[in-house]
Amino acid sequence: MNDDNPRQDDSTRNPSLWELRLYIAGQTPKSLAAIANLRRICDDHLAGRYRVEVIDLLVTPELAEGDQIIAIPTLVRTLPEPIRRIIGDLSNTEKALVGLQLKPQAV
Amino acid sequence: MAVLAKCPTGIAGFDEISDGGLPRGRPTLIAGHAGAGKTLFALECVLHGIEKYQEPGVFVSFEETPEELAVNVASLGYDLVRHQEANQLRILHIDLDPAELIETGEYDLDGVFLRLGMAIDAVGARRIALDAMGNLFSAFTDLRILRAEFRRLMSWLKDRGVTAVVTTERGIDSITRHGLEEYIADCVVTLDNRVEDQVATRRLRIVKFRGSAHGGDECPFVLDRNGVSVIPVASAGLAYPASSERVSSGIESLDAMLSGGIFRGSSMLVSGTSGTGKSSIAAQMVDAACRRGERCLYVALEESPDQIERNMTSIGFDLAQWRRPGLLHFHAARPTSSGLESHLTTLARLVGEFRPQVAVIDPITSYHVTTSEERVKLMLIRAADLFKSQGITSLFTALTVGGEAPESTSVAISSLVDVWLLLRSIESAGERTRGLYVCKARGMSHSNQVREFLLTENGVHLVDLLLDADGQVLTGSARLLHQRRRESEAQTREATERRRRAVLENRRRVVEARIEVMRAEYEAELHALEAELEQENSRMRSAERAFADLAARRSRVGPDNR
Repeated sequence: MNDDNPRQDDSTRNPSLWELRLYIAGQTPKSLAAIANLRRICDDHLAGRYRVEVIDLLVTPELAEGDQIIAIPTLVRTLPEPIRRIIGDLSNTEKALVGLQLKPQAV
Repeated sequence: MAVLAKCPTGIAGFDEISDGGLPRGRPTLIAGHAGAGKTLFALECVLHGIEKYQEPGVFVSFEETPEELAVNVASLGYDLVRHQEANQLRILHIDLDPAELIETGEYDLDGVFLRLGMAIDAVGARRIALDAMGNLFSAFTDLRILRAEFRRLMSWLKDRGVTAVVTTERGIDSITRHGLEEYIADCVVTLDNRVEDQVATRRLRIVKFRGSAHGGDECPFVLDRNGVSVIPVASAGLAYPASSERVSSGIESLDAMLSGGIFRGSSMLVSGTSGTGKSSIAAQMVDAACRRGERCLYVALEESPDQIERNMTSIGFDLAQWRRPGLLHFHAARPTSSGLESHLTTLARLVGEFRPQVAVIDPITSYHVTTSEERVKLMLIRAADLFKSQGITSLFTALTVGGEAPESTSVAISSLVDVWLLLRSIESAGERTRGLYVCKARGMSHSNQVREFLLTENGVHLVDLLLDADGQVLTGSARLLHQRRRESEAQTREATERRRRAVLENRRRVVEARIEVMRAEYEAELHALEAELEQENSRMRSAERAFADLAARRSRVGPDNR
């Protein structure tokens, strides 16, 4: 994932709109932590050009199958393409940024 | 304490060795290397549940897609699509792409729980299979979380009362690579596929089964067009019923030696060196059984059915006539064509399908070609048990090698059989003849004599052995010679008697002749005497007349008197 092309990096890091979907299952500490961490990351890196949808699978469990959800919480980046998924409560900001391709993977 | 409820797998043989199946409502771990048959075992547990026990199921695959699964089991006759459409089955493919599983902090596997819960609820599943659980562990890096989640998953399944089958890879030093056996305490089964003597053998072993009797032995199993079949090492045990009905061996004189035939459902071993007539005895038994209208299974390991039939016509048996009405079924296979276990399962399947009353394996010693005697013995124990449990009268032939004591080579199996006939060539007076004796016959009084065994145009016949004056057994030509000699002796005796009678008769005739002569002489004498007396009488009479004349003349006195 080490990308040497700065132009492509720029285009990936600065697309017009980011669409993110956060899957949780109830108001658990992990869910609440994930929501808080996601908000922080978005404010820091995607200010003004993101949209977040939080899906509680306890309310709509049928959505778990469609998005192939295994772990909770799971964050799915539907835009920009391709779809990316990362799991966990996003407390490891470094890994979260790499996973969302907001930052190139450390060599 | 409540007896542990069992959930039958429907897998042939497994429910026997596990005393009824898997622990109901609890998870069972199936561990094995790649290609050991884990997926099929797990899938069959679920599918048999649907097809045989009206228990809907869920199959969760962490590896193959539903399409791949459907293709893999289509050859076994399973229609996964139909079961899914009938709302009896859900196949859940949980795709684990490590690239998409970047761990950014604390998480749990509630997504899996939710999806399983929905699938279980959708069909009302009583059974669930989780195939290739190891893949789940390999996909994540935080094993601490994984272990905790796996433990939670197992107890969640228990709470839901679903019987679960969890498959995973075997470890190098442990039963499973990820130590899953620590979390599944109730039942652990290992599957194995080893190559020995160039023949691959699959084995299954119940390592652990809490609260249940189970055979701890490694049991061979096979994957074939009928799915998984486990061959219990001694599943029939010794609990089969024993019939006291006698059936004919087909050889009248042998029946007489066994005081009325062999017991129905008993097993008979016929051993002997090459060409002593083992197959002929088998053929005669088969012929007799078919004549009674019974079905016979003939497992031929060295000859083709056609060849057996041709050979048996030489001793007067038309076995082909029994094939057409379906009374005789030949199964010919070289022992080298597949492993012992698959031979045995084939046997079990044939017995199940054909339901024979009589079964012949000719010759069992062929199995030794491919593998060790110990394994052959185990296989034969199972075969014998299989037959006995079904009440099938069985006959095994065994080839003994010349030079060895005929009793020695068959020892491995002889202790299993009820009747053991030993055929031996008897060499004397420059020729070989066949001798038969009953080595053992459980529960039957039997003759302990060696009989000479004749292959005639009308089948096998046993004749009493002749003993000469020195107590030597006479067979073949020696017996014929002896018989001839005895015949000629009898003839001589008869001739002597005739001659002596003739002599006596002659004497009688001589005596009679002599009597005749004497009578004739006597009569002649009598005649002579009578003639003489007559002469004398007539002379007397004429003398008297003359005297009377003279007297008359003297009393007349006259002129003439001078």
